Amino acid sequence: MIDAITANHAAALAAKLARVEVAAVYPITPQTTISEKLAEMVSRGELNARFLLMESEHSAMSALIGASYVGARTFTATSSHGLALMHEVLMWASGVRRPIVMPVAARTIGGPWNIWGEHMDVIAERDVGWMQFFCENNQEVLDTVLMAYRVAEDPSVMLPAMVVVDGFILTHTVDAVDIPDQRLVDEYLPRFDPPVKLDMERPARLGGLIMPDWWMEFRYRIAADMEGAKERIKQADKEFSRIFGRGYGGLVEEYGTEDADAVLVVAGSAAGTAKEVADRLREEGARVGVARIRVFRPFPSEEISRLGSRKMVGVFDRSYTFGDGGAMFNEVRSALHGTDSIVKNYIGGLGGRDVTAAHMEWIFRDMLEVAERGLDRKVEWVGLKDGSGRW
Amino acid sequence: MLASEILARAAIMEGLSASAFPFFGVERKGSPVTAFCRIDRRPIRLHTGIYEPDHVVVLDQALIRLTDVLSGLKEDGTVLVNSPHKAEELGLPTDRRLATVDATSIALTHHLGSPSAPIVNTAILGGLARQCDIIPIDAVLDAIRYMAPARKEENAQAALETYERGVR
Repeated sequence: MIDAITANHAAALAAKLARVEVAAVYPITPQTTISEKLAEMVSRGELNARFLLMESEHSAMSALIGASYVGARTFTATSSHGLALMHEVLMWASGVRRPIVMPVAARTIGGPWNIWGEHMDVIAERDVGWMQFFCENNQEVLDTVLMAYRVAEDPSVMLPAMVVVDGFILTHTVDAVDIPDQRLVDEYLPRFDPPVKLDMERPARLGGLIMPDWWMEFRYRIAADMEGAKERIKQADKEFSRIFGRGYGGLVEEYGTEDADAVLVVAGSAAGTAKEVADRLREEGARVGVARIRVFRPFPSEEISRLGSRKMVGVFDRSYTFGDGGAMFNEVRSALHGTDSIVKNYIGGLGGRDVTAAHMEWIFRDMLEVAERGLDRKVEWVGLKDGSGRW
Repeated sequence: MLASEILARAAIMEGLSASAFPFFGVERKGSPVTAFCRIDRRPIRLHTGIYEPDHVVVLDQALIRLTDVLSGLKEDGTVLVNSPHKAEELGLPTDRRLATVDATSIALTHHLGSPSAPIVNTAILGGLARQCDIIPIDAVLDAIRYMAPARKEENAQAALETYERGVR
């Protein structure tokens, strides 16, 4: 059934379709309407779940770890400072292998105050052992929440997942969304039934002290299973496509990359604008393409390294991490190491600054020039008021 | 904002692509707000603001003095203003495609809001359906009935009356 809804509404519907059993939430802009929609569904009896209004995001995540331990499918959603407050417990959730799924309405972190969209909150949590899925549109938000549960709960993965929803740009935009049939979702997503769980009849202690002689083995298991998740994500995407007739290309969606001189690597909603502009430039004969990172954790190194036969690879970061260029840029450049591609970083769309078609066109034209003449500079901040922003 | 969402819903139910979004500001009750709707026959992939609209709808004629409602409007673009006056009396350049509807008095006839705070966002959509041949009025009425939080039929009837009275 086609409906006209926001991405936040789509995320809440996905939680309902996934038949989540425990949701623990704390409100924060621009996530709040996910929690509100879910609360409505529970209060109307459409979803049989325990809905817990917690006193903080830290507590919300802690509650879900406990609920997941007894075998419940768990859900929360957050953003920005809320995600940052969870930081410690995020690592706990992945360390004890709880397959929690959490949409994150991607937003700045203050100060000064700014409630609008960028990827800084999510990128700051790239090292906590969670899978990170980025979405381009409202439909993908709904579909990705379902896929995320399927991958997270796979016995060979058992890791939590964030579903990144660009703050306001998607969370508050109404768009057409095809709501899948519950019967098909049930077929795609069987009940969560972990082999090990807390049980009053069979008392056990989980997540206790690990001595130095085993800690590295635990960490290695997480690393290996995060790597293994790549294959599971691709399978989950294929299986989704078989059942629902929509697929997303696995870890990286490639658009017009095959014969491209210049490929822009981008994550999230800006990829849609990039594709639209790439098509316009193609009509002029410019050979440009878009590689959309759907999954940033685990990092799609193989897919990215295959871009290394193109002359020029640009990387659009919607955050800045004060390293040697932006975070996505650094990982993409690492994956391209040893290839002939020139790699350049574009920073834009921070703090709700609109990423316009004109910005994207400027980036593509700059990339083509770099492909022709060689790298002029490593990092370029796009759309600054005074036109500076390069080094 | 609701008007843009209703319009998007009507377009989507007609088989078109549409997206609707507010200007992402810090809104307070009563302060001017802007909302956008993008409609296309092809799937919409642009996730960016609208800077050069084809159509502008002004829900309160007082805004004409507070803001440039023609900003970025395409040369052959249209403007629809909620006003009891005729289009040429608005004080806007008369070489533009201007029209007015008295959505306020129509809304009040249908008991939508109060004289000091009329709810005109549904009534005006009837005017837009009449002025621009984008979305059939029946689709607009269905979307209103689906999305209006209260007095669904009154809201739909207000839009229908505006449509039937036509624009000036």
